[in-house]
Amino acid sequence: MSKKIADATAPRISPVVKFQRWFGRNLIRVYMFLAFTYLFIPVAYTFAFSFNDSGKSNLVWKGFTLDNWKNPCGAPEVCNALANSIKIGFLATLFSTILGTMIAFAIGRHNFKGRSTSNLLIFLPMATPEIVLGASLLSLFLVFKINPGFWPTVIAHVMFCISFVVVTVKARIASLDPRLEQAAMDLYANEIQTFRRVTLPLVAPGIAGAALLAFSLSFDDFIITNFNSGTVITFPKFVYTAAARGIPAQANVIGSGMFFLALAIVIAGQILNRRKAR
Amino acid sequence: MGKIRTPYLLLLPGFGFLFTFFILPIVNLAQTSTQTPVGGGDTGQYEQTFRFQNYIDAFVENKEQFGRSFVYAIIATLLALAISYPLAYAIAFKSGKYKNFFLVLVVAPFFTSFLLRTVAWKQILGEEGFVVPTLRTIGIISDSTTLTSTAFAVVMGMTYNFLPFMTLPLYASIDRIDPRTLEASGDLYANGFTTFRKVTLPLSMPGVVAGTLLTFIPAAGDYVNAAILGSPNTKMIGNVIESRYFKIVDYPTAAALSFTLMAAILILVTIYIRKAGTEELV
Repeated sequence: MSKKIADATAPRISPVVKFQRWFGRNLIRVYMFLAFTYLFIPVAYTFAFSFNDSGKSNLVWKGFTLDNWKNPCGAPEVCNALANSIKIGFLATLFSTILGTMIAFAIGRHNFKGRSTSNLLIFLPMATPEIVLGASLLSLFLVFKINPGFWPTVIAHVMFCISFVVVTVKARIASLDPRLEQAAMDLYANEIQTFRRVTLPLVAPGIAGAALLAFSLSFDDFIITNFNSGTVITFPKFVYTAAARGIPAQANVIGSGMFFLALAIVIAGQILNRRKAR
Repeated sequence: MGKIRTPYLLLLPGFGFLFTFFILPIVNLAQTSTQTPVGGGDTGQYEQTFRFQNYIDAFVENKEQFGRSFVYAIIATLLALAISYPLAYAIAFKSGKYKNFFLVLVVAPFFTSFLLRTVAWKQILGEEGFVVPTLRTIGIISDSTTLTSTAFAVVMGMTYNFLPFMTLPLYASIDRIDPRTLEASGDLYANGFTTFRKVTLPLSMPGVVAGTLLTFIPAAGDYVNAAILGSPNTKMIGNVIESRYFKIVDYPTAAALSFTLMAAILILVTIYIRKAGTEELV
């Protein structure tokens, strides 16, 4: 009986509905495909042209070679710039992660007078255009007759990374179950032991994420760096100045290398998380 | 006693740092903005004369670039929203167990230096790239039309570069929507469009507001896209501030422009948040 009804109704609606559903489902797939193509075109281009046998200017395809990958320091100024970026990024990450994590614990774990003002002070640097941050810091350095260079750049990077660290670590602290700490206290752990053995390990993934974010922000920053670095050339600054006359293919090697390295770190982190969850 | 002091001790180093290298510079920038050149001094020497006329001069001289910055930033923000919303929606609701994979894909391009990607766009859209000759062969653009050094290229570059700032907050707020609210809407005879307008969009408003702000603010102050993908006719206020600092060593004008930019952004953002907070925007 019920089968008969299904048979009677099915041919009447199903082609339309089926088509609509198929179309709906595939429209979204097509859309996602197009959107990701758009996102990845320049990445693919950068990767492809890292194999270009191009000589000085990497504008036109001249033939396939592995030389650039075998010898990424073939254009020495690229490696110099990369070394500077890594040094600055490492120092900026270290300081901003320490300072930012302390602020995150203060705001996330304590109720005190001036908490909302503190939140505002953390939000403001993120809402200020980079060019204003860079220009204002440079004019401060100029007043104190400090020449822009390596350390002013580190200071600038720490300044704009702190807020991002605070926001990331604070989110992790907010997601903690307070009962875990209460349990530690119930088991006669004192405050310091509870912090060291329970709180800190639980917040650690958040801190690690914040540090990674700080490093990638610092490594990729151009505008603030351009204002405060003087004669020190970082990797983005090198690309910017070289853009006019053509970028050596070694820069593409480093850009692609960073891409795969970061991707590997993210995937490893995800796998680690999944294992822990089990 | 110690308990009361703990948060302040934790805040002290970080806020000391932010005070010295964020607040103090902004105050100093405000001071610089009303200075005038020292009579008979070298280039780059300025003294405080509280000349507020600096602001009017700087604005009048560069109103074109100001206008362009805001128009480009608004168009880029709207384009980014139009591209990101369906993408974030698809990742949140239609990608099942591949959700995390697609999220990584959204962020992944940004591991390649953003300058390298912008330069890549310049070469892709340039005369030697594959896009221009293809479009010419099909006849979509004429032989004399170029894609680089145009407003189109600058806006496209900005849209591209700030896309994840739009997609991620959108995803975060769409992902939080309970799918049952959408089913309920359907049960109450709303069609797909009505469900979107009355349920999905209002519930995702926090993401829309956060995403548009995170895209608009850096876009309005950006000068890298205009410098690499544009021409002198597409100069934005960021380009002017940069050249005032480095090429002309005119610190007061650069400071006045920076302040005007910041004030304009703050005013726009405040109005926007007020509007978005009420029903008017929906």
